[in-house]
Amino acid sequence: MKKNGFILAGALIAALATLLHAGAPARAELRIDITRGKIEPVPIAIPALAGSAANETQAGQDLAGVVSADLERSGLFRPLDPRSFIQNVSVADVQPRFGDWRQINAQALVTGTVKTQGDGRLRVEFRLWDVFAEQQLSGYGYTTTQQNWRRIAHIIADEIYKRITGEEGYFDTRIVYVSESGPPDKRVKRLALMDQDGANNRYLTDGRTLVLTPRFSPTAQEITYLSYAKGSPRVYLFNIDTGQQEIVGDFPGMTFAPRFSPDGNRVVLSRAENGVSNLFSLDLRTRRPTRLTDSQAIDTSPSFAPDGSKIVFNSDRGGSQQLYIMSADGGEARRISFGSGKYGTPVWSPRGDLIAFTKIEGGSFFIGVMRPDGSGERLLTRDFLVEGPTWAPNGRVLMYFRQSPSDSRGHGGSPRLYSIDLTGSNQREVTTPMDASDPAWSPLLR
Amino acid sequence: MHARIISLLGALLLLVACSSPPPEAPPAGPPGGPGGAGGIGSRNIVPGSQQDLEASAGDRIFFAFDRSDISPEAREILARQADWLRRYPNVTVTIEGHCDERGTREYNLALGERRAQAAKNVLVAAGIPAARISTISYGKERPAVVGSTEEAYAQNRRAVTVVN
Repeated sequence: MKKNGFILAGALIAALATLLHAGAPARAELRIDITRGKIEPVPIAIPALAGSAANETQAGQDLAGVVSADLERSGLFRPLDPRSFIQNVSVADVQPRFGDWRQINAQALVTGTVKTQGDGRLRVEFRLWDVFAEQQLSGYGYTTTQQNWRRIAHIIADEIYKRITGEEGYFDTRIVYVSESGPPDKRVKRLALMDQDGANNRYLTDGRTLVLTPRFSPTAQEITYLSYAKGSPRVYLFNIDTGQQEIVGDFPGMTFAPRFSPDGNRVVLSRAENGVSNLFSLDLRTRRPTRLTDSQAIDTSPSFAPDGSKIVFNSDRGGSQQLYIMSADGGEARRISFGSGKYGTPVWSPRGDLIAFTKIEGGSFFIGVMRPDGSGERLLTRDFLVEGPTWAPNGRVLMYFRQSPSDSRGHGGSPRLYSIDLTGSNQREVTTPMDASDPAWSPLLR
Repeated sequence: MHARIISLLGALLLLVACSSPPPEAPPAGPPGGPGGAGGIGSRNIVPGSQQDLEASAGDRIFFAFDRSDISPEAREILARQADWLRRYPNVTVTIEGHCDERGTREYNLALGERRAQAAKNVLVAAGIPAARISTISYGKERPAVVGSTEEAYAQNRRAVTVVN
């Protein structure tokens, strides 16, 4: 099993990786350039991972299903219908019969096995093949508890995505969002957490208090959000492991619009007092706030650059809501948005190259991106209301919420989550059990 | 001098308000009863209560889109609220600031706070102690009128004075 560069990772879900390509192929290898606008998705065959016992066969099918769904949703892959497969891959097969896969025009093929170990844990191994080059592109083994099998599938999908696009994946991630129910004038809002593909949805708060705008810490273990728990709006922290909630922005006036610094040591937030909102940085160890802006305006929705050196925010100091950048220590701010309309909710890409925003113009809302110097503005989607973009950790996909108009009886108006490629293509609903808003994408969980 | 004119005007408007209750008023008893000081009588309104404030002064003021300046109409309502608050010195209130749905969530939280504060400033300038008035913003979270129409938006851009 150690042939072809298989590294048997023993850790919980750790994947240690080395790929031994004996003799690189002369021809151009299977690769997608995802920076191009319109992409023809790669036909990929993902048969069920092979197993011997019944539970292994089932797990093999489930794993293949989740990997297929992840890759399909990316818009970059076209998983082929398993009914078209000619070869029935079994545990004993070391090499695929490439001819069988070429015949159905699969460019890439995923094979693998599932075994239950003596300790009851699952051992999953997979290989990614370039069908036309007849060559293995990747291969890994993972060991984990049975309940954790979906994460293995997401990690495999990330590896396939990375091997073929050259970019990090984003499938082994979670979304925290606000789940909504009830009439529009008495909306019940709860914090909810789910896997990126909508699985494992659970509620973190019970809906008795209004909660808004959750955001992950860089370890994805904590969430900072706004809660009306004690009657007045304040910034809170929620620990996902312990379920503990604690107030952090408890100084005079309303505190809101929190976001973690990239090192996780600080939360930047807005504080409203006497009709003006200014930005503060809160040291999570000392709990001491430092003032960053001192304007007579509304300064809010701050977001750190990934290197922690700068903060982008929106302010109406110039007369209308626009985007500004300043040092993370405060000081002089420079306006970067100069198009027509208003700009809000700026969020710095994890790659640092772009800032996503909500734009309001001519009665419509837009999600767009621009470079940190304000150049290269590009609008990705437009609707009655689209708001609150959040980046996938690889900076290639955005999620946001979309809401239709409502009538006087409260029909319509249901907010839902959507994702879209940075190219503006592949807009899709991210399904949630109830209405949903304010999504925030976690970093990769590893 | 000016303040007195406004309060006189307020008293006049008060009578008008009592003779034609706003549609939001609870249908308690026949309309047009003797409102007097706070609508006691056939309408069974408790003096110093929220219903009394609504009937005597009006509990809310409205704003233009993305604005927090106090219109002349809003100033009259706040003057009546100030009169009413002077009449019941033990009453404390919370002013709730609200927005329509056509802004981003966090900006609207700030705008709602700014509107509540603008209303509070008028009451304080009219002599009501700041300690009797707290403010809270609900941004676009609690519309008064449901629907994506200009009429609904105009009703939702508001500051509502709520008796604690």
